[in-house]
Amino acid sequence: MHYRGIFPRDLFSELERLQREFDGSPSIRGAAPGYPAMNVGTTPKSVEVYAFAPGMTPEEFDVQVENGVLTISGECKDIVPPEGATIHIGEHFSGRFRRVVSLPDDIEPNSTTASYRDGVLHVCVARREAAQSRRISVQ
Amino acid sequence: MSEKFIKRENASEESAAMRPAVNVVEDATGITLYADLPGVPKEKLSIHVEGDNLILEGELEINSPPNMEAIHAEVDLSRYRRVFTLSRELDGDKVSAGFRHGVLELRIPKAEHAQPRRIVVQAT
Repeated sequence: MHYRGIFPRDLFSELERLQREFDGSPSIRGAAPGYPAMNVGTTPKSVEVYAFAPGMTPEEFDVQVENGVLTISGECKDIVPPEGATIHIGEHFSGRFRRVVSLPDDIEPNSTTASYRDGVLHVCVARREAAQSRRISVQ
Repeated sequence: MSEKFIKRENASEESAAMRPAVNVVEDATGITLYADLPGVPKEKLSIHVEGDNLILEGELEINSPPNMEAIHAEVDLSRYRRVFTLSRELDGDKVSAGFRHGVLELRIPKAEHAQPRRIVVQAT
């Protein structure tokens, strides 16, 4: 359970989820948090964003950092069945998507990198040196 | 705390898995299954047929920095698992697979005897 350790399901998000589930009037945009699913983490030097969007190519993503906001958008093409075929289950997401993450104040937007591997888009936004804690040696 | 939550916490390894989204398409000669398994490298993907069951399993491998602190997680389990029952006319021995950018494409052909045959209608 290596991955679970990195992204523990905390009590607050669990409560929030339970509340959403039992709420009689769900949001008009649906109960799902949106596509693609995203994980966000921070290190002293960077903000790490992972978007789980399989079946794309790197060129099909549009990744932008503007005014402290990271936007990931693109279009996921539908799987087109051959003529005369029957679709029994169709859960795969298709169509345009767009997700937005607010970044902390200390980011360096010009040194953002993005890579796509095994269906996961990883965006790494660097944070400014000044914000990183420094150890002060005691004389 | 709800029963569901407790169950989830105590769940065995077996049930603590995400259910991958799939598309299943059937044509005259077989079934094609597409499964979304983002974050799973090819080496961590396992497909096997046990009796009538087709079992898809995959383990996530996200190389996040060791000192990273998670602040938001929608994907919070480390594996995918989904089981399908194959009907008799499908040939479980001849399954072929391709895996690219987190999407698995499985082709399960119909057994010889189940392939479509055109019956010529005789004029009498």
